[in-house]
Formats: sequence, C-alpha cells, structure tokens
Amino acid sequence: MSRGLAPALAVEHLSKRFGGRTAVDDVSFTVAAGEVFGFLGPNGAGKTTTVRVLGTLIAPTAGRAVVAGLPLSPANGVAIRQQIAVMPETPGLYSRLTVTENLEFFAGLYRIRDRGRIPAALEAVGLQTRANDLCGDLSKGLRQRVALARALLNDPAVLFLDEPTSGLDPVASREVHGLIDGLRERGVTVFLTTHRLEEAERLCDRVAILNTTLRTIGRTDELRDRLFRKRLLVETRAPLRDPAAAFEGQPGVTGWEANGSGVYAVAVTDAKLAAPAVARALVAAGADIVSLAEQRHSLEDVYLELISEDVEATR
Amino acid sequence: MQKELRDFRRNRFLVGTMAVLPLVFLVSPTITLLQIPASTPASVIHHAVGGSSLLLFVVPAVIPPIMAAYSVIGERDQGTLEPFLTTPIQREELLLAKAIAVFLPSATVAYAIYFAFALTVRFGAAPVVSAAVWHTPQVVAQLVFTPLIAIWAIWVGIAMSVRARDVRVAQQLATLASLPAIGITALITFRVVTPSVRLAVALSVVLLAIDIRAWRFVSKLFDRERLVTGTRAQRS
Repeated sequence: MSRGLAPALAVEHLSKRFGGRTAVDDVSFTVAAGEVFGFLGPNGAGKTTTVRVLGTLIAPTAGRAVVAGLPLSPANGVAIRQQIAVMPETPGLYSRLTVTENLEFFAGLYRIRDRGRIPAALEAVGLQTRANDLCGDLSKGLRQRVALARALLNDPAVLFLDEPTSGLDPVASREVHGLIDGLRERGVTVFLTTHRLEEAERLCDRVAILNTTLRTIGRTDELRDRLFRKRLLVETRAPLRDPAAAFEGQPGVTGWEANGSGVYAVAVTDAKLAAPAVARALVAAGADIVSLAEQRHSLEDVYLELISEDVEATR
Repeated sequence: MQKELRDFRRNRFLVGTMAVLPLVFLVSPTITLLQIPASTPASVIHHAVGGSSLLLFVVPAVIPPIMAAYSVIGERDQGTLEPFLTTPIQREELLLAKAIAVFLPSATVAYAIYFAFALTVRFGAAPVVSAAVWHTPQVVAQLVFTPLIAIWAIWVGIAMSVRARDVRVAQQLATLASLPAIGITALITFRVVTPSVRLAVALSVVLLAIDIRAWRFVSKLFDRERLVTGTRAQRS
C-alpha cells in the first residue's frame, strides 16, 4: 500500500440519524492509502457512529462511501469486512479463553488458514510470552494489545481504531502509540478516533474535527495557519518608546499590538522573513530583547477554537 | 463452534445448570417407576410411565434455552459482540454455529439422562413397568423428538437472546416459550393419541418443519444495527 493510489476511504455526504437525533450530518472526506488519519471530536460528536457505518455495522441514513475500494452497501458487507479490522473502545475479548484461543477464534472467522499469523500478530504487539494466559487475567493495557493483535490478523487494508488509549495509563498509552507508529511503517491505513489531541498531533498525518458535522480537515500545521494569524511574540526588558517605528514597515509585518508592559504581538505573513527584520529594528531602536519567537498554536488550540464556536452557536 | 464449547465449558453457571438440572428430572421419575409393584393395573402403569417420559422430554426443552439465550446477549454483555460482528461471518453461519454449539452438549445430556433412566428401569423395575418404558413407539418418540425439541428450544433461546437486554430475562422467557413443544410429545406419552412408530415419524416431520422455519425467522430477527445501537436502520 502506498500513497498516490486510490483512497482507502472516500466518504461523500454521509449522514446518520437515530429517530429524531442526528448523529452524523453530511460528512465528506477521503483518506489516502497508508495514511494515519485522526478523527477528533467531543463525546457524542459522531466519531464512533462514523466508524460503525464505515465498518458495515450500521447503515447510513444518507450518503455514500467507498471502503478499501468497495462501495459501502449491504451486498458488499462481507467483502468489506474481509478487508478491514475494527478495534472498538473496549477490547472485547473472551475472558474465559486464553490469548491464543481468542486469536484462533477470530482467525477462523476471517478464514485464515496460515497458522503463522497468530504468532506474528502476537509478536507485533509484544505478547508472545502471554499467549497462554487467560484474557480475563490480563491488565487493561495488555488486553488492548491483544485486541490490536486481533485487528492485525487479517492484514487489513484499513484499520479502524476507536479510542485505542481510552482508560490506559501513560506508559500503556505510549506502548499503543508505538504500535500505531509500527502500523504506519507497514503501510496500514489507520483511521484513529480519539479525543486525546496530543495523541492525534503526534500520530496522525491529517486530522478531521467532527461535531456532528465536519468542522475542519487537514494537516495540523494547515489547520493552525487556517485558523490563527501568524504572530511573533516579542518581549523587551522595558516598554518601547515608539513601537510603531520598530514594527511598522518591516518586511512581512502586517500589524502589531501591545499585550502588557514590554510585551508585543506582531502579526506577520511569514515569520522567517519578519523575525530577523524585527530583531534588527529592535536592536537599532536600542531595545533589550528578552525573547522573540513565533507564537505556536497547538492542535488543542485549533480544536478548542472550533468546538467553542459550536458551543457559542448553540447558546 | 469450538470457541463456543470452550466458553460454555469454562462458564461455571452453565456447567452447574447442565449438571444439576437434568439430574432433577432423572431422579424423581426413576424412583417413581422403581417403586411400582408388578401387580399394579396397566392403566396406572401407563399413566406413571407417561408422566416420567414427559419429565424426560423437559430436559431437551429447558437445557438448550439456558445456553442459547446466552449466545448473542452474552456476547454483548462481555463486549465481544462488536468485534465479532465486524468479521466477515454471515448471520446464517453465525446463528448455525451458535445453534450447533448448544445442540451438541444439550442433546448429549438429554440422551444420557434418557438412557440412564431406561436402563435403570430395565434392570430395577418390575417387568411390566420395564416393558411399558421400552415400548417401541415410546423409545422411537424419545429418540426422534429429543433432538427436534432441543432444536426448537435453541431457536427460541437465540431469538430471545437477539431481542432481550438481559441474559436472565432471555433465559427465563426462552425456557417458558420452549415448553409448548413438549405438548406434542405429551399426546403420545399420555396416550391421548394411540402411539405408533408411524405417528412418531409424522410428528417428527412436523417438528422438523417448525425447526427449519424457526431458523429462518431467527435469521430475520438478527439485525446488526439493532444489536449494536438498540434501534433499527432508517434510510431517507
């Protein structure tokens, strides 16, 4: 699987309603083959519903989708499920069966004849030594790893991970992140739903933010640029006597404002172009520069900005 | 199916139920027949044998629903339903595998209980009582109806499991709903209709037809969306 081929997922105007409640409304996006795609949103935003629709568990109310090259339809349900794997939020393992017995059962459902797949899946998640343990005796982190091994059994073209680190401690979360990095290296298309923003920022090539409707989609740096003006944050030891003279007319500078004593926010079109010019102007004006840096917005800033817009709109 | 059998075997509640419940239905009728003296009138003997046989028919009617009711809702309770439903298995395959996994131990237990009863009576009861128990139409009915009643009870159990929200509720409703199947056998065991091999075969054909229709009906009840979300699919 490599980029540039047909998309692993193509979703057009997808909607899902449950009675009078709209869970997902007119959502469209594509996910390239081999991409790690983050699907973010608050609780109840429709993330799991989208995964269930694309995983053929529930039917869309409206819209179309192509999953692993197959149009989403009841007739293609079995063929699509053969090509994908879904790891739900809870591991969903048979607690009275051992790790190997669980994997043997699911390998049978996928009609996998190659007996080597199970040890390979266990090795991929580092669980070879726990193969004969009852799943009911494993910690939540280990059960999550077994669930990931199960999801790898059929060598899926698209892997849906629904909140894979929910309820895990930081160490176990980091292990799961490492496993997702491993999937990326193997070229697996990963559709990751999460509300852990740092997780999405660290793991995903692109993210979409959903709150029933799709609020935005793109690379995290694109989203930042789209939503926030680029700014330099300047701090001088003492307030400038004539800040306008220092900032205005410098290349790439489009405006400025004072944010306190000796602290300035300078709006720029290109930080790499503007920063050296602003620094030279400040030195020429005799200012003592304490710091001069581009303001960095996190994915969390983007997310909160978009979700707070929704909250404001519903007030 | 292998997984189902392993899972059942390690489920203490199910193993306990399967071990204790059939014994209850074995001990009482066996003791009753062993205590009947040879001089008892034939009508009394036939009535006692009919009642005992009916109790033995309860075994294939009550054991399978307890296991079958667990088959779908049990998956949901332990969180395995969603991963299970996202595999390529088709619903008919899934239901058939679940049904076979319940049928094998249920039928084995029911036959074992019947033969334990019949052999004990053969060697321990008065000859007239033994002859009534080993009456050919009676034996044929027991052998043929046992799996057919079990299959009916399994589909009822799975149907309840597909629709119910709680395992216990599914088990209780399924057990109740399975009992009417015993009505047919009651006609023979109490000699309301004259027992014969031909009648037993005819009734078994009827039961088989009911079982096949029940499978189709349960397949239609099995709706992935309803199982996952609790609501039926809507399309605009």
